[in-house]
Amino acid sequence: MAVVECKNVSIRYKTGDLKAIGLKDYVLQKIRGKYKVTEFWADKDITFSLEKGDMMGIVGTNGAGKSTLLKAVTGIMIPTAGTVKTVGNVAALLELASGFDPELSVRENTYLRGALLGYTKEFMVEKYDEIIAFAELEDFQDYMFKQLSSGMKSRLAFSIACLIEPDILILDEVLSVGDAGFKDKSAERIKAILKSGVTGILVSHSVQQVRNLCNKCLWLDHGKQIAFGPCNVICNAYSAFLALPKDKKRLPANDQELNEMSDRFLLAWKLGVDEQATRTNPVGESETARLQRLMSMVDAMSPEERKELKDRLNKK
Amino acid sequence: MLEKMKRYRFLFEELVKRDFKKKYKRTILGMLWSVLAPLLNVLVLMLVFVNFFGRNQDHFIIYIFCGTMVMSFYTETTQGCMRALMANASIFTKINVPKYLFLLSKAFQAFINFLLTLVVFFAFCVGDGITFGWHMFAMLYPMLWLLILSFGVGMILSAMYVFFRDVEYLYSIFLTLLNYVSAIFYPTTMLPEQWRFLFYCNPVFVYIDYFRTVFIYSEIPSLLIHVLCVAYALVFLGIGCLIYKKCNHEFLYYV
Repeated sequence: MAVVECKNVSIRYKTGDLKAIGLKDYVLQKIRGKYKVTEFWADKDITFSLEKGDMMGIVGTNGAGKSTLLKAVTGIMIPTAGTVKTVGNVAALLELASGFDPELSVRENTYLRGALLGYTKEFMVEKYDEIIAFAELEDFQDYMFKQLSSGMKSRLAFSIACLIEPDILILDEVLSVGDAGFKDKSAERIKAILKSGVTGILVSHSVQQVRNLCNKCLWLDHGKQIAFGPCNVICNAYSAFLALPKDKKRLPANDQELNEMSDRFLLAWKLGVDEQATRTNPVGESETARLQRLMSMVDAMSPEERKELKDRLNKK
Repeated sequence: MLEKMKRYRFLFEELVKRDFKKKYKRTILGMLWSVLAPLLNVLVLMLVFVNFFGRNQDHFIIYIFCGTMVMSFYTETTQGCMRALMANASIFTKINVPKYLFLLSKAFQAFINFLLTLVVFFAFCVGDGITFGWHMFAMLYPMLWLLILSFGVGMILSAMYVFFRDVEYLYSIFLTLLNYVSAIFYPTTMLPEQWRFLFYCNPVFVYIDYFRTVFIYSEIPSLLIHVLCVAYALVFLGIGCLIYKKCNHEFLYYV
């Protein structure tokens, strides 16, 4: 049975109606005949379902509708069309650092946030010290929240949020918090939560992170669902898409194109590995530039060369 | 329902704590203002109006005090609730919590204030030679329904405020008007007998009148007043709940 099921979910934002622009602009625009309410579909026809224990990554460029989709899954938003079904309690870690009160102390904010996340009082009293220790804020408990550095703020937010034991866990860009040491610590904590068998959704701009943590992947672009399926294929294709030069960006139209993109990426990746083994890779090349160069090398190959490369890839 | 209440009790407590701390932040007198503000308010009104209207009205100070006490509770609750939803936008757009809790916290805070004011009020009652007795427990009745009425109006306002910020300006003008038509500092006998029923079209006046009947005349008001107290409260609460039910998921598009 599916634990999370989204069917044809669409979410629409409206801008420019009377409430948004005020009476003056409304009248002026009406007189000039320019009045019109613009619709904007943040998500259009998104369909996926997750079984218990699945971890789905959502990838896509900025403005793809990732965060909006998460809001629909958590129940903060009701989709304009389509349905979202979830089984069990949902915990969402969205844009962690916002929603704290700058005027209150760290201690007060910790309790308030705990209450907002649905923890009980006893639980918070018991875990308070642990939270502060994990966030490494022992010396700052009575400081006002606004006096903390931004790194400290996100550390506190993460530390409170990661105590949850939900059935469904939703993570929005929360794993890139704090300095390197804290990042490792938080990644470990998340892995531990995931191991306990929750169903999860992760939004991240790091494809590597999605590969590490997820078994399924959803690719969104400008609110449209490009692909949903096994993590590897989609991450490969998405990486290939990112490496395309700006004027040649082309989204895969169907599964076949998706697989081709994925294959091309894998071949390019294999070339890169070979290059590094023989130390013939150019020094000081950026990751994207490297991938672009390797992909064009793959494109220039004859079918025989490709087949040979593919055989070598599959051997490993 | 009970489980829900238990679940959100802690959150409610924390919200109340937060609102209290924020309210008195950076004030030297702190909570004392809850007592001081109504006291000064009454003194000002007394100074000004005792010579105008005081002669025709027994216990004029208590008369004024009943009026300002109810009115300032109503004002504080409705205005606090009106802004509460917007003020917590950054929370409810990220975390799924019942939005009315933010309003409830404000209403509760105002209610605590009201109770503190009552202490001053009783001191005035003693000073003015009011007869104390069991009948005074009747005041719990209008207190409860006044709280519900104010919360209901606050719900309606807060929803409107999200969609139209104009409400803030309009409502403050409306409050001034309400202040003048609620017979706070003048006797109702200012109006000819056949028009006096108009006062009872004003919900706030009904609660003020209840308090006055109990404290100045040591009587329990008529059944009609009791019915009006409940009816006004339930109507506004009902409308408020309906709006919240309907717009619950619309709010976040406009904050």
